[in-house]
Amino acid sequence: MQDSLKPDGITPSQTVGPFFKYGLTPSGEYAWNDAFTNSTLTPDVTGDRVRIEGRVFDGDGVAVPDCMLEIWQADAQGRFADPQDKRALPNASFRGFARCGTDKDGHYSFDTIKPGVVPDPDGKPQAPHILLAVFGRGMLRHLYARIYFSDEAGNAADPVLELVPADRRATLIAVREAGKSVYRLDLHLQGDNETVFFDV
Amino acid sequence: MTFIYPTDSNKAHPLPLSPEYKSSIKRAPNKPLIPMRHTLSELTGPVYGHETVREGDNDLTTRHKGEPLGERIIVHGHVRDEDGRGVPNSLVEIWQANACGRYVHVRDQHPAPLDPNFTGAGRTQSDASGYYRFVTIKPGAYPWGNHHNAWRPAHIHLSVFGHSFVTRLVTQMYFPGDPLFAFDPIFNSVPDEKARMRMVSSFDLENTKPEWALCYRFDVVLRGKDATPMENH
Repeated sequence: MQDSLKPDGITPSQTVGPFFKYGLTPSGEYAWNDAFTNSTLTPDVTGDRVRIEGRVFDGDGVAVPDCMLEIWQADAQGRFADPQDKRALPNASFRGFARCGTDKDGHYSFDTIKPGVVPDPDGKPQAPHILLAVFGRGMLRHLYARIYFSDEAGNAADPVLELVPADRRATLIAVREAGKSVYRLDLHLQGDNETVFFDV
Repeated sequence: MTFIYPTDSNKAHPLPLSPEYKSSIKRAPNKPLIPMRHTLSELTGPVYGHETVREGDNDLTTRHKGEPLGERIIVHGHVRDEDGRGVPNSLVEIWQANACGRYVHVRDQHPAPLDPNFTGAGRTQSDASGYYRFVTIKPGAYPWGNHHNAWRPAHIHLSVFGHSFVTRLVTQMYFPGDPLFAFDPIFNSVPDEKARMRMVSSFDLENTKPEWALCYRFDVVLRGKDATPMENH
């Protein structure tokens, strides 16, 4: 079907609602191959393997059991699995995308690699970061955040973190657990510790 | 050099806090979103091969032993950006209630029958010109606890990716002429009426199959890319 009509505008967003599980995060409960899991890892991937975990809370500090999180990131060399990124991809099957739902206590987790440095539009290095999209019942449009890593010196000069008031930056920085390759980041949709969300 | 995908387009979206939709009250951020320039991270996005989406994943009526109950329908349309360009090879995922308005989900306790022959999930990729197609069952309206006598208009949830992480969209497709529109705070969370009506499909007699299924057309429009090239990239 061919169509070249210029539309009036974009299709508005609506909430995923509470019942997205079978459509988006089936985890073997539906008769098809899962398109996504909460892992970006592939057998040939190089880089530091890390686990990111945390919980999602609402404005009353109550765990949110019906959130869906998506991450998008570069590989360890800072390259994206996207034809728009013209640089060669060393990790041929690394896709850089993962998705998970929160459980009844609001827990989420991702297994991935620590991404490399990606330049900003001025060519300035950004500290290693992962893009995060947060969907959920009660959320009419998904929210965009970033996940940074507590053991990265580059955070101090990161051009995006610099846009964030200093007292709120910690809401985007996953904290490494001593002696482990596990980073923790809780998300607060609202309230005193509200996670920083970006207008992109 | 600033934004690559103009942020003006975002005005079509609902406001995060829409108090009539009660679940938004404790889940919408209170603090303003922080504007930022798009970097390579935002301008790239997931790309899908054909290895996970199989032929038949777009027919929700043939996933089980028997035929689902209800009114078989075809839902099809064009995924394009706001400049009119088709979005090829985009993953389109859908999920919905059955003909009785019940989801296959442990938390859906609406006293309407579950259909053993209908799970309500499907997926496909848009073709080289951005066209997609599903066969499914028209979902029923269902009650929810938002307010007295609250019923959701019949709808199908759609998830679409586009060319970058900032074009990511989850929306709901509604059916023309639904009497519940006026009373639904989720539908009405979109303040602009024209934008709101872009979530309503149109009945498509031309592509309706005689003796088999009615057809509805639903075009999905994603953000368009500014022609301005990105520096230092």
